[in-house]
Amino acid sequence: MAKIFIYPSTSLILSDMVARYGHTPLSSAVAIRERIQTAGFESAPLQITPEEPKKGLKWAAVEVPSGVRGRMALYGPMIEECEAAIIINHADLSFGCMGCARTNELITFLVRQKDVPRLDLTYPKNEDEGLKFVAAIKRFLTGLGGKQ
Amino acid sequence: MTPPVRIAQISCGPEYSGVQHEIDAAVKEVNGEIFYPDIALKDIMRDFKAYGLDVRSPDLKLAISRARALVEGRVEADAVFIATCFRCAEAAIVRNELRRYIHENSKLPVVSYSFTERTTSGTLLTRMEALTTIARRRALLARETQQGLTLGLDSGSATTKAIVMKDNEIIGTGWQPTIEVIKSAQDVISHALEEAGIKREEIQAVGTTGYGRFLVGKQIGADLIQEELTVNSKGAVFLAQRQHGPATVIDIGGMDNKAISVMDGIPGTFTMGGICAGASGRFLELTAKRLGVEITELGPLAMKGLGNRVPMNSYCIVFGTQSLVNALATGSTREDVAAAACHSVAEQVFEQQLQEVDIKEPVLMVGGTSLIEGLVYAMGELLQTQIMVPPYSQYIGAVGSALLASGFIKDD
Repeated sequence: MAKIFIYPSTSLILSDMVARYGHTPLSSAVAIRERIQTAGFESAPLQITPEEPKKGLKWAAVEVPSGVRGRMALYGPMIEECEAAIIINHADLSFGCMGCARTNELITFLVRQKDVPRLDLTYPKNEDEGLKFVAAIKRFLTGLGGKQ
Repeated sequence: MTPPVRIAQISCGPEYSGVQHEIDAAVKEVNGEIFYPDIALKDIMRDFKAYGLDVRSPDLKLAISRARALVEGRVEADAVFIATCFRCAEAAIVRNELRRYIHENSKLPVVSYSFTERTTSGTLLTRMEALTTIARRRALLARETQQGLTLGLDSGSATTKAIVMKDNEIIGTGWQPTIEVIKSAQDVISHALEEAGIKREEIQAVGTTGYGRFLVGKQIGADLIQEELTVNSKGAVFLAQRQHGPATVIDIGGMDNKAISVMDGIPGTFTMGGICAGASGRFLELTAKRLGVEITELGPLAMKGLGNRVPMNSYCIVFGTQSLVNALATGSTREDVAAAACHSVAEQVFEQQLQEVDIKEPVLMVGGTSLIEGLVYAMGELLQTQIMVPPYSQYIGAVGSALLASGFIKDD
């Protein structure tokens, strides 16, 4: 069984799929709400303090905005720990959404730099693409030794 | 108990920067309440597309949607706080455009701020206090004439000023550098009372503003303790006799700078701060000292020089001083160096702060630095406008306090 980093890391659906195949999802999955009543799309899942942007300096230099570095303090260790990764590009907001585009660029870059099995997919736009999308994820998870 | 002022937060990044609790703490201290406008997921893309600013960060799309909901009245608020990460270009564009959009399309007071992980509630307090004052004290801020006998005190970071007013006229002044906050306040009050020829007990109401406002206000039993953004705006338009219509107030202080876009004497948008001391009155003090002149002589000296002959534009007071020393060592004249220092401060305020407010004429420069004519000239050149410096401009906070305090005179 593998530790799999997922992007968008907040995707509850993707996190659930990974877990169903017996793998460990590395994510910060939050339920998608119909109404956004928090400061951002993915409000911090744990108490972030001003120390987190300092920890984030490991992945991003000091001239990078504090919001990026704070996020990297959370996602950087997950990327380092992962043994495989699934990246869904251009996902719908309801599928899972991470608020900062600059962090998203850095996260996907670091994952692609890492020498681990990776599934890089574009979010489906219709039912046909949706079926192929789910099948590709299933195949990837099974190929990693996941449950049939 | 007065209900809290509801401040809508439109932001990107404060939670992951670890500063959301600092924002909450500052707002709570001024009896305000932060809330995040409730937006349906399905409406976000519609609002974002309708606004037309094609940003990539989802939280900035959410910010745009929230701003539209406030302007269209789908969500009600008393004031708006827009905050994004410092050094994020995408967020800076959105922050600036939304600030302008809300200001132009609603009556909500707006303040925008770019934070780092080092932002504290103390840094935000005056801004939040100003937001709540504008929302809560509109009737008081609408006051245009001073009545009775009142005292205004401005306990600033560099100087403490007092003004005694009677029936809309200034009759006593006091000024001295701030050393011990309370002692300096007592000294300037004594001076102002003496000049006015009246006794303390004859004063009918007292107002305080500035960094030491709470400490001094408590000590002298002030009727009004109010931050300097709203007070200085009021003082500026009163002294410039521009109480109606738009105006822009620029106050380059000893520790921070304020740029306020005013309508009918009430701030609409404002910024407060400054990147570093290189853009403050403190740098001009240092310049005067190095040139061997009194600060009062720096302005006339600068008017005799040409600033563009000396390269000087550092945000940092240390590097700025280094440029100054280098220029003198390579033969630049004192006049040119004085002019360059004035230009450097004006340029940094222009670049860092005046982009965050809408500059509308008349532009009023106030505070002690407005007496440095080289600085006023440099600012006028940058803004391509004639800057107005009202009489008693160095006493602006004290005048505003004395004016507003008259709203607290008891009928008996």
